[in-house]
Parts: sequence; structure tokens; C-alpha cells
Amino acid sequence: MLKGLWKLTWLEIKIFLREPLGVIGSIVIPAVLFLALGRIVTSRPVRFSNRLTDFVMVGLPVFVSVMIAISTALSLVTIMAIYREGGILKRLRATPLRPHTILAAHVMVKLFMTLVTLAIVMAVGARYYPVTVDARFVSFAGALLFSTLSILGMGFLIASLAPSGRFAQPLGSLILYPMIGLSGLFVPVEEMPDAMQRIASALPLTYAVSLLRGAWLGDAWSLHMGDIGVLTVVFIACSALSARLFRWQ
Amino acid sequence: MSVIQVSGISKRYGRTVALDDVSFEVEQGEIFGLIGPNGAGKTTAMECLEGIRVPDRGAISVLGVDPWRGLRALQHRIGVQLQEAQLQKRIKVGEAVRFWASLYPRHMDGDQLLEQLGLGDRTHVWFMSLSGGQKQRLFIALALINDPEVVFLDELTTGLDPQARRAIWELVRGIRQRGKTVVLTTHMMEEAEKLCDRVAIVERGRVIDVDTPARLVARHCPNRTVLVTTDDPSAEARFRVLPQVDEVSRAESVITVRGRDEVVTAVIQCVSQHRIHVTGFHTEMPTLEDVFLTLTGHRIRN
Repeated sequence: MLKGLWKLTWLEIKIFLREPLGVIGSIVIPAVLFLALGRIVTSRPVRFSNRLTDFVMVGLPVFVSVMIAISTALSLVTIMAIYREGGILKRLRATPLRPHTILAAHVMVKLFMTLVTLAIVMAVGARYYPVTVDARFVSFAGALLFSTLSILGMGFLIASLAPSGRFAQPLGSLILYPMIGLSGLFVPVEEMPDAMQRIASALPLTYAVSLLRGAWLGDAWSLHMGDIGVLTVVFIACSALSARLFRWQ
Repeated sequence: MSVIQVSGISKRYGRTVALDDVSFEVEQGEIFGLIGPNGAGKTTAMECLEGIRVPDRGAISVLGVDPWRGLRALQHRIGVQLQEAQLQKRIKVGEAVRFWASLYPRHMDGDQLLEQLGLGDRTHVWFMSLSGGQKQRLFIALALINDPEVVFLDELTTGLDPQARRAIWELVRGIRQRGKTVVLTTHMMEEAEKLCDRVAIVERGRVIDVDTPARLVARHCPNRTVLVTTDDPSAEARFRVLPQVDEVSRAESVITVRGRDEVVTAVIQCVSQHRIHVTGFHTEMPTLEDVFLTLTGHRIRN
């Protein structure tokens, strides 16, 4: 029922934008983070070592993007918990809306908000990172949407497994944030000890970071088929598991 | 003509038996109540009728359709209000009604419906800012938006103050007046007595009896109580010998007379015949609450 999907998506976008905390968490914080970090690293007249320069010019935009994706997924986890405990999901389900339409609408809202946040972050960060809206930027935005979709899949799985709403957000943070440390953002995966490399290669975020970094550097997507494959598998596996485990009330 | 037939449905959750061989029928155009304490199985039964849950055994027909198998078709013909369901905190009343309307090919005019339910001036208000009574009116609006043939209302007035409750009762009678069938659950016997044409008494997952409130009272609690206030010392003895009287007790000047059927008439005639000077006269009719107590051995609340 496509009509219901668009209408529900639009309705949920409006409702989301009326929630001050949600807007601050998912749009304002990444923008401020980006501005602050950008200012710190560009205000010092220091010659960076190559690695630091690499982090500032490549790592930071990717890091902020990953933060956007994760906070988006956490927001989804929280909303699902609130909607479930408030009986909102149950009420929506007792309409002609199909169950997957209700969930898909939330994914659409989150992807939309991801794009909006990216646009805002890029706009406010323009003085440090001159970005033009070109093919590379579109490719990067696409990579972010794709990575976010995969992480949203994990979000749904966390929302399905969390015993109650109070646990949902902390559980999500506990699962998603530590992945950043081993994702290759700060230390390239190849330079990690073997054991850590194995862990890193098991984390979906590692592939998101690789895809985002590549897109930021202007790589063609065809160079990242492995990343895309893993992220697709993660999304499909998480969605399939969530479909079985998801509780509506 | 019955629009709902429930025959022998059972439902378990693990070891808990939620419904045990439940059967009843609902007639077209009536307000039918499932009454009983919290946890008796009323909501489970209701959700089986709505196609939200599937019974382990037994058969249900709503408007000729099996609600679980034929949910898609049935959804357009029924309206539901769920117990303790909420909407998004920051959805506007008008948005909710318009969105719900857009989900049904055949639907009523949302603004007109809100007007009729007394929410005409609330269309731009967020759900979270509504009072309890207004929220319930909105849920009634959502249950009626597709102009359904059968409306299910689960614990509609729980948590409302008496005034808001009475207003909601009027609205529910209005739904019946439009020719629709209403099935509701309540744990408030007064609500069932005032609102329902027929009720099914539900206790521990079983339906104990089904009938009109008046007939249930007549069948299970034929006793009447008369409280006579008098200073006449002979009164107590005179009431005691009446054949219709079972029990007489006295507390200061108030004599309590209990008996069956014609006890009220008998006491009146006795007072008149013996010219007993009476300063107070009061009869107590048994209620559904008493029926429930008689049938289950405990009060409905706690």
C-alpha cells in the first residue's frame, strides 16, 4: 500500500521535527561536532603529520557521517521503543496499513533526516571543507544512505531484542558506538594486531567506514563491491531476523 | 439477526489460560458488553474478534468473516478502539483523522466527525495536549472514520472522571442510533448496566452467563432489600411474619427487610394495614455488581 507509506512517512517527518530533543540529537549535535572539530584542527598553524592530515581531511568527514548514521539508528531504536510501549504500533497495526509499511515509513523518515543532516553539516562546515555538489558528493551521500540503511537494520534488530524501552537506547549505544573504535577510522585496519583485525572484519561498521572513505576520496563504487555486499547482507539478515522477532506490543 | 458468532474459543499463553471455551452471539444494532474484572480475558476475547489475535481453538464469525483469515476484508467494515493505546505525542488531532481516513477507500468526513464528537475546535492541538476524555473521543472518531458496521470499544472510559464518562456514554448510544453494532468491554458494572443492551459476564477466561442486565439481576439476585425508618416498636415483628420476607434486622430506628420478588409490595401493604408511622422508606435493588458477587463469590474489583 504505497499511498499509506508516503503519507505515513510525511506525517512521521512532521511529528519528528516537532520534537526538540530529537532534532537536537540528530541534526544539531553532528553539525556542532563537525564545526568544533573542524575549528580545532584547522586553527592551529601546525604542520600535521601525514597521518593527522589524512584524518582531518578524510577521517573527520567520515567520522561525522558515521556519527550521523549511528545517531539516526539510535533514534529509530528509541522511537520504536516509545511507540511500542505507548501502544502506538499496536494502534497503527489495527488499520489497513501493512506491518512492513509502518516500519518502512520509519526507515524512510530516518533516511530523509540523514540527508537533511548531511546537507546541514556540509553547509556549516563549508569554511573548513569546501564541498561542491558534484558527482563525488552525490556518491558520498549515496554511500552514507546505504551505510545508514544497513545500520538501521541493526537498529531494528536491537529494537526487537531490547527487553524494554528503557534498555533500548543504552543497549543500542553499547552495541553501536564501540564499533567506531575498531572500524578503521582512527587506526587503519591493516595496521591492527591480528586479533583486532579479525574483530574489525566482523563488524559491519568497518565496511561502512571503508565505503564512506572510498566515496569521499572519489573511488568508484565498483571498487567497493565487498563493502556493499557485506552491508547488504547485514541489512537483509537483520531485517529478516527482526521480522521474526519484532514485537508490536 | 446476529452479526457476531463466537463458538467455543480458547486461548492460552504458556500455562495461563486466557480464554476457556467461550461462546456468545452479538445481535445487529445492540450494545453488547463483555464485563468482568481486569485480567478476566475480556480484552483477549475482543482482540480475537478484531483479528489481532488468533484463538487456539474454536470459531469466530464477524459479519460472516473469520476475523483472523479475512482480516483485510473485515478491516474496512469494523472500527476498533484499543485499550491503553496512544497516538504519537505530537500528532495533531486533524492530522490523525485525515490520515486514518486516507487508509480507507470509503470513509466519513473527518472534520464533520470531530465536530459531532465535540472536538471541532481541537483539530490543531497535539495529541499529548488533549485531556483524557478528549483522547477517548478522538479514538472514537478513529474507530468511526470508515463508517464501520461493528465498532469495538475496549475499556473506553477507564480513567475518566464521571462527567466525561457520561458524555462518552451518550456518544456510544449515538453510535447505536446510527444502526451500528457496538461491542465493548468494561470492568465497571454501572457502565454495563447503564449502557449495554446485553452483557456477557467473563470470569477467569470463561463466560458465566449472557443476558440483559435486568434479566441477569432477576435470575441471579431476585432478592430485594427494604430499609424502613420507624419508631413503632411493633413494626419489626409484623415484618418478620410476612411470607415474602427472609430476614429482618434492626439498627436503632432503621429496620432492614430482605426478601424475594414481592417483598416491597408486602412491606408497603403491611405498613399501610397496621398504620405504622414511617419516617423513611428506601428500597435497594441488586445490581450487576451483586450478580457478579453471587456468581463468582467475590467482588469485581480487587
